[in-house]
Amino acid sequence: MRELELYFGPQHLGMVGNFSITLQVEGDRIVKATANPGFLHRGFEKLMEQRTWIQNFPLVCRINVVEPDHMELMYAMAVEKLAGIEVPERAQFIRSIYLELARVGSHLFGLWAYANMLGFDTVANWAMYHRDLILDLFEELTGGRVYHIYLWPGGVRRDFPEGFEERIRSTLHTIGSCVPDYDDTFFHNRLFYERAHGVGKLSREDACRMGAVGQVLRATGMKKDIRKTEPYAAYDQVDWEIPVRTDGDAYSRIWVVRDEMIESVHMIFKLLDKLPKGEAYQRIPNPFKWKIPESEVYVRCESSRGELGLYLVSDGGDKPCRAHFRTPSYSHGLTILEKALENESIADVGNIMISLYITAPEIDR
Amino acid sequence: MSQSVLKPFKAIKYLFAKPKTLRYPFELKEPAMRYRGFHVNDWETCTGCGNCADICPNQAIEMIEIPELVSEPGKTNKRPRIDYGRCCFCGLCIDICPPGSLKLTRDYFHIHFDPDTFVFVPKNEHTEPEKYFPTNEYSVLKASLSHRRKDYDGFVSDLKYSLFEPERVPMPVVPPEERMLSFIEHIIGYDREEARKEAARCLECRLCEEACPAHLKISDYIHAIFEDKPEESLKKIYEDNPIPSICGRVCMAHCEKACSLSIRGEALSIRWLKRYAADTVKDFKTTLELNPGPATGRKVAVIGAGPAGLSVAYFLRLSGHKVGVYDALAGGGGTMRTGPPAYRLPLESIDRDVDYIRSLGVEFFFNTRVGKDVLFEDMLKEYDAVFLGTGYTRSRSTQVKNYEKCVLALAFLTDNKIGKPWKVGRQIIVIGGGNVALDVAREALRLQHIQYPGEKTAVKTVSLEDWGEMPATEEEIREAREENIQFHPAWGPKEVVVDESGKIKGLLCRKVKSVFNEQGRFAPAFHENKEMFMEGDMIIEAIGQYPDFSFIPEELFNKLKFTQRKKLSVDENGMTSIAKVFAGGDIVNTNMDAVTAIADAKIAAQGISRYLAGETVTA
Repeated sequence: MRELELYFGPQHLGMVGNFSITLQVEGDRIVKATANPGFLHRGFEKLMEQRTWIQNFPLVCRINVVEPDHMELMYAMAVEKLAGIEVPERAQFIRSIYLELARVGSHLFGLWAYANMLGFDTVANWAMYHRDLILDLFEELTGGRVYHIYLWPGGVRRDFPEGFEERIRSTLHTIGSCVPDYDDTFFHNRLFYERAHGVGKLSREDACRMGAVGQVLRATGMKKDIRKTEPYAAYDQVDWEIPVRTDGDAYSRIWVVRDEMIESVHMIFKLLDKLPKGEAYQRIPNPFKWKIPESEVYVRCESSRGELGLYLVSDGGDKPCRAHFRTPSYSHGLTILEKALENESIADVGNIMISLYITAPEIDR
Repeated sequence: MSQSVLKPFKAIKYLFAKPKTLRYPFELKEPAMRYRGFHVNDWETCTGCGNCADICPNQAIEMIEIPELVSEPGKTNKRPRIDYGRCCFCGLCIDICPPGSLKLTRDYFHIHFDPDTFVFVPKNEHTEPEKYFPTNEYSVLKASLSHRRKDYDGFVSDLKYSLFEPERVPMPVVPPEERMLSFIEHIIGYDREEARKEAARCLECRLCEEACPAHLKISDYIHAIFEDKPEESLKKIYEDNPIPSICGRVCMAHCEKACSLSIRGEALSIRWLKRYAADTVKDFKTTLELNPGPATGRKVAVIGAGPAGLSVAYFLRLSGHKVGVYDALAGGGGTMRTGPPAYRLPLESIDRDVDYIRSLGVEFFFNTRVGKDVLFEDMLKEYDAVFLGTGYTRSRSTQVKNYEKCVLALAFLTDNKIGKPWKVGRQIIVIGGGNVALDVAREALRLQHIQYPGEKTAVKTVSLEDWGEMPATEEEIREAREENIQFHPAWGPKEVVVDESGKIKGLLCRKVKSVFNEQGRFAPAFHENKEMFMEGDMIIEAIGQYPDFSFIPEELFNKLKFTQRKKLSVDENGMTSIAKVFAGGDIVNTNMDAVTAIADAKIAAQGISRYLAGETVTA
């Protein structure tokens, strides 16, 4: 049969974000897929070299639109480590609660994209609504819905407003009460199984070899999570489980996402119960005179898409000398996507891509 | 795992549920209390310091001059202007704003055809009432930067989370119980770490530099201390102030009153940091590397080696003139030598500054009283210009009955510091509420502890002014109270009561009704029937000083012009109404402190140089 080259880019409804794939197809089958990043390059890492330590704080969150919070965390953690700033315990707990809320919000957003892609519009709209409820919480806590600009070096930017813990609980109860509906309509839906099972399959060996992280890796049976292996914030203060699946296909990946959301909600409740009193911010030095001694640091965390890292170098000046983010979508969107698309049908490109949780802004930065 | 094709149809129940989507604009969503929307800025409290513009990561804020506002010490007439094409609403400007005048509101609508309207100078509902509406008059359909909600604060400043440090590094002091037993300097001074930490608080907005009469480059010398370069710092200081050891101890610190950190927190310790720079540098000569300018062949006489005289001598010497400084005392410093007690300003600190000025080639003639040892009219002939920096050297007296039994403040202070200390009484009454009165009281207290160790003694002060009106600084009052000095504010002396042998028994006082009249002039009024007798065996009057011009021959003195406030009238070059006679310091300015004397000296030094170069017209 004749081979064709097919361009699958932002013009396609199934493409999320400014990203494209060139497909070599034989009939309906994909012979080879080539990812084309670069449409969303905004030069953040270079920009960071031209801004002072504090001026980078409102900038880093913008690297990833879907989930800005872990970017903030990475920057805060790196600067704290470089400058030797101690974060108060309460701030650590608030950080964990805030990051888990962000994870749920991000997963709901991912669920919206995925369900939408498969044509489950009803579920997609529910997910979007429930994400909005979480954004309401963020708005109350930080003053912003999407870019929160909240986790800064030294702790968090403001303490919880009065009665906020109760509102977190009630919002999570509202969302949690809909889990049976989600399950009946989507996760236990035969159609979902048919569309996703065995699609975009990735063996554990391939996943490890190609640097898969997060739920892509956990869907192949690897029990790996930075929150467990290298605990930061307050993740070592409460008990929680790492959800895993073994099939390594799109179906498993979305199920891991579902289980992770539920685990996160449980974790938030546990963290809220143990939330200590005290200060939530250790004041940083005067931002106009802040110079960090010459050193370099690599920090990492488990974002909602997997391991996220930041390499930050100071040359003793008032600005970073070099910053580099290691983002989960970088490996997912380039090598793993190409591998997972092999021998799949054209109709499943969006399906596989979103199940890998690729966000274009993370690839390009 | 059970998959089903029928169960998903359960979702049909949501067909009958109320829609979740808000039907905007009929259903509105109230933004959260901390919402980061458009700015408001309280022009009353905004100091125009520009920290918001400095921290803005997007350079969205520009400080623009507002012609209808006046610049004053601690406040410029600039206000932030925000470009909403650049603003990312991060709110760093809010967290760095020292007065907390800049806030974000919960308004976020602005739709306009004119892109220029997005460049915006925020004010608030008090300054622009026509743009802010109460909830019932507000319509979301008209919402814009010129149709906003009243009292709609969102993300506002919180001192606990501010980006600046509102609290000072505490200055180590000798505790009151210990310091009142001797004349030990009670301010210990910052060490290296403390000084650097304190210097790190400076936001470099330079409001202080405007407020300083001598316009020292404060931000620069503080920055040098922060960078652990006290030598650089001292060099910066010497550009404008040649007596840092003195000023670092007793400066009135107008800068600290203007410091933007002082509005909601504690001002930067600018004075103590200057002292740190002066005390840390061991050798002024090698550090400063200053040399007199090329010799001009002109000679200037300076009468009085106080702050004004020392400064003018320094500046003139740097310009290459020959300078001779005349003073009746045995050393330099003038009022600084005689007035501030040793626990505030030790003689060694004064001599350090004087010695450095001497090392530049300034000639000092101490123990030389002009008018007696040398004649003023001879000086006028011998020198090309004469600078008067004679200060206020005579104490005023209350002139109440038996006033001649009292001791005068300056005599008391001078003798204790550079002469033979007085034999003090056990019950001392000090009349006055200014800094001099408190110096006298605190010095008297120390002498009591030295002369009557372990005995019951007391120092009381009587002042016309009530708490809050007293001219003494808060710091002095606090320290004096820590040392158990008893205050009797709002009492005026009526009579010094003496016994048959003429010994002082005490002071009869009247209650003060008001100190100032309706025009704000000094005109004390008393309750005639409310009297109080205060026991005491020694009374010291510290109610003010006046200048002594007796060294000037009468025909010349008659030519001198004075202002309404009885100050010597000088022109913009510092020249008096007599040709080639310049003046500065307490006899010219109304601030009557060291740093203003330096400011006068700078003007006069430039004036003298211009005069000697033949540039200015004679008076």
